[in-house]
Amino acid sequence: MGPAAETSVLRFITCGSVDDGKSTLLGRLLYDTRLVPDDQLAALEGDSRCHGTQAGGLDFALLVDGLQSEREQGITIDVAYRYFSTARRRFVVADTPGHEEYTRNMATGASSAQAAVLLVDARKGLLPQTRRHSFIVSLMGIRHVVVAVNKMDLVDWDEVVFERIAGEYRAFAQGLGDIAVTCIPVSALHGDNLTRPCPQATWYKGPSLLEWLETVEVDTDEADKPFRMPVQWVNRPNSDFRGYCGTIASGAVRPGDAVMALPSGRGSRVRAIVTADGELAEAFAGQAVTLTLEDEIDVTRGDVLADLSLSVADQFAAHVVWMHPHAMMPHRRYLFRLGTAEVAGQITELKYRYNVNTMEQQPAKTLSLNDIGFCNVALEKALPFEPYADNRTLGAFIIIDRLTNATVGAGTIAFPLRRASNIGWQPLTVDKAARSALLGQKPCVVWFTGLSGSGKSTIANLVEQKLHAMGRHTYLLDGDNVRHGLNKDLGFTEADRVENIRRVAEVSKLFVDAGLIVLVSFISPFRAERTMARDLIGTEEFAEVYVSTSLEECERRDPKGLYRRARKGEIKNFTGLDSPYEPPLEPTLVLRTEAGTPEVLADEVIAELARRGSV
Amino acid sequence: MTIPMPPLRGHLAQLEADAIHILRETAAQFSRPVMLYSIGKDSSVLLHLALKAFYPAKPPFPLLHVDTLWKFREMIAFRDQQARKVGMEMIVHVNPEGAAMGIDPQRHGSAVHTDLMKTQALRQALDAHGFDAAIGGARRDEEKSRAKERVFSFRDRSHGWDPRGQRPELWRLYNGRVAKGESMRVFPLSDWTELDVWEYIKAQGIPVVPLYFAADRPVVSRDGTLIMKDDDRLVLAEGENVDIRRVRFRTLGCYPLTGAVESDASTIDDILGELRSSRLSERQGRIIDSDRDGSMERKKKEGYF
Ligand SMILES: Nc1nc2c(ncn2[C@@H]2O[C@H](COP(=O)(O)OP(=O)(O)O)[C@@H](O)[C@H]2O)c(=O)[nH]1
Repeated sequence: MGPAAETSVLRFITCGSVDDGKSTLLGRLLYDTRLVPDDQLAALEGDSRCHGTQAGGLDFALLVDGLQSEREQGITIDVAYRYFSTARRRFVVADTPGHEEYTRNMATGASSAQAAVLLVDARKGLLPQTRRHSFIVSLMGIRHVVVAVNKMDLVDWDEVVFERIAGEYRAFAQGLGDIAVTCIPVSALHGDNLTRPCPQATWYKGPSLLEWLETVEVDTDEADKPFRMPVQWVNRPNSDFRGYCGTIASGAVRPGDAVMALPSGRGSRVRAIVTADGELAEAFAGQAVTLTLEDEIDVTRGDVLADLSLSVADQFAAHVVWMHPHAMMPHRRYLFRLGTAEVAGQITELKYRYNVNTMEQQPAKTLSLNDIGFCNVALEKALPFEPYADNRTLGAFIIIDRLTNATVGAGTIAFPLRRASNIGWQPLTVDKAARSALLGQKPCVVWFTGLSGSGKSTIANLVEQKLHAMGRHTYLLDGDNVRHGLNKDLGFTEADRVENIRRVAEVSKLFVDAGLIVLVSFISPFRAERTMARDLIGTEEFAEVYVSTSLEECERRDPKGLYRRARKGEIKNFTGLDSPYEPPLEPTLVLRTEAGTPEVLADEVIAELARRGSV
Repeated sequence: MTIPMPPLRGHLAQLEADAIHILRETAAQFSRPVMLYSIGKDSSVLLHLALKAFYPAKPPFPLLHVDTLWKFREMIAFRDQQARKVGMEMIVHVNPEGAAMGIDPQRHGSAVHTDLMKTQALRQALDAHGFDAAIGGARRDEEKSRAKERVFSFRDRSHGWDPRGQRPELWRLYNGRVAKGESMRVFPLSDWTELDVWEYIKAQGIPVVPLYFAADRPVVSRDGTLIMKDDDRLVLAEGENVDIRRVRFRTLGCYPLTGAVESDASTIDDILGELRSSRLSERQGRIIDSDRDGSMERKKKEGYF
């Protein structure tokens, strides 16, 4: 397993309604893990006297309530980040507000969190806000929730109260999908069940909050998913080095791995994983690396390097959280940032808005600040993406106002829309274009036809050698070697000859699809057969080369002694003798072997390929 | 990166990868970024991360040091030595008016000094070079008002920060779009703590100014704070004496405004040991922060880094 498997940092959010005790709980956690420095503690004592709500005692909430203006209002208004650690884990806490207006901030804090601590006041039970917060938690892909039932001291640590709230929450959470729920009775004020067990509640046998935080197993399977890396930056210190920098979003990569750049679909292989600490044999999700590729393919910021399974779309359905006082307008052009790409696009349709307290879907025309809706999004360019449930990096986007540059919304992709393919974009597969781009050539079939002994194989062999020397990827199909294998079962009857050519044409077509330059050296005496091959492969990619040599000359050369045996009657249906040869009417090229050396004739073929752009 | 270091593990590897990601985003999203180099340990870490992020190329931005003319002499020597070693452009800016006025934190007060020589000077340098992004080493654990500052923190045309109007920052989708004249402060070390910084310095063998390590130094005790006599400009009040004490610094700034702590920690391991058992916050030695609670927030609204 890679480094990603050692979850040494846990990011979590705390959420709850105003006065549920969130700040107190967090301040208490910091205090109890001895993370509050003495000078801050002295300041806290002073503050507790001026602003504190705890007559005389320490008001832990003041440790975490950040800005002056907020303190005066007595509420936390934004996302603040806190840090503490124990011997087992290091924690990054997104402290998000409980006030009803601040869905935006909660979504922000939740976006990068792996777990959520949800506060419920034991006296009040589940509130509409509890449901709202849970909904946002699930929407943002958090799979681990601990419900801290707080102020248990005010209900005399009554087990019945706790069990009722826990039961209600579990029932409610079933509707949220795949979320693991743990409920813990606590008193933030007194520190009970935060870092130590509570003496008054021996009935509770579960973990303390800190124990839960230290041990909860968050997703560590990112490294087992398919490889994806959004390209952030192309590193070109000089003309010899071209590296693609990025943070691996999922999966693992090794030198030699086949990768594809999306949305272009161009493929190559990883040459090296370059870091300042040396080249790596392997890199995993979460690592920031620089990849070099075997081929000079065009990759820019915004592209994703991936294994072959990623798709692109320009339209998808997504959940959108609106974050700006100016309401969302369907069909207005916004900028969408997804991975490292930024493209213009619009919300084409608002399917519905959620009543976030009941999770009911309601018809709506716009989304206002703190609204959550389900929308169709259309981008002006197709981008590689994955559903958010599969990949939190490639399934998430933010929406930016083009005029003010403000971040006005955030979204998570649910699924691509079928309609995207109707307007021309298909989930991208590796096709002929992709493969031939990888090989850097234009595939085609050069079909050599002519009498036995006319010189087809000699010339075809020479052509192949020359192409090979030029770095081209070729394959030579020769009548004889195919008849020994693929077409072993075929004889020389009319039907078998047709089948022989059909198979060779099909194989050529597959090789062309694989991106190769295919040289076919076959007598193929009948025009109908050659037409069939041409039709199957396509005129564009088919060059008919007639190797023209007189029958007399062929019979004089007789390299395999076949004419002699045929004349003796040992071979039946021999082309040119007792079976006709139909010369091409409009060959791409005619090679007269009695007028030029094989070397010169092979060069004529190469010249023809060059003319067609194949080499 | 002189000696090959063992591979990083656990949270340091994660913090490093996140910071490199942020640095690359900055290079990609802005036309003229700059890295603020304040010579301290956080800047040393930042510079090291930048060298790693763009390896084998040099980082695609220059370094900027805003010199107040009151930095410790060892800091300036260290700065010049580092600039030569890494081979990056180092822009040094001093507020010319402030220098002409002979601004002295002791006579003019820390508020005036900080405003003219730091806040104004930084604005001048950013405006003069047209920098649209300034990368800094601030951490959220340093001070309460920083706890809610974004990684990409927007500044208006007069470099002001609006804590209530910040752009929401989700996932790693940093929105670096600015109009002409506006800019961004970028904080790749946002999620690091002081302990992380020292652990990383140790793990990667990063050079830092020797002032961080305990040594016998001439200091004067002033209102409970130990001020080092770095040169003859330190004015002694009646009854103040300079004593040699074994001290070190947890943060570095202008020497008359920076308190030393008594310490025997002369190696990184000693510092780590001290930090793990310490109950004093890092900025405690900074005189500018304690004027009034919430003072950092006020300064930041005005454009202080
Ligand atoms: N009795 C009791 N009071 C609590 C507890 N936790 C918090 N409080 C009080 O509830 C009030 C609101 O707490 P605070 O942390 O500011 O809530 P926040 O708005 O969620 O951050 C304060 O007066 C706290 O002292 C608890 O466990 N027991």
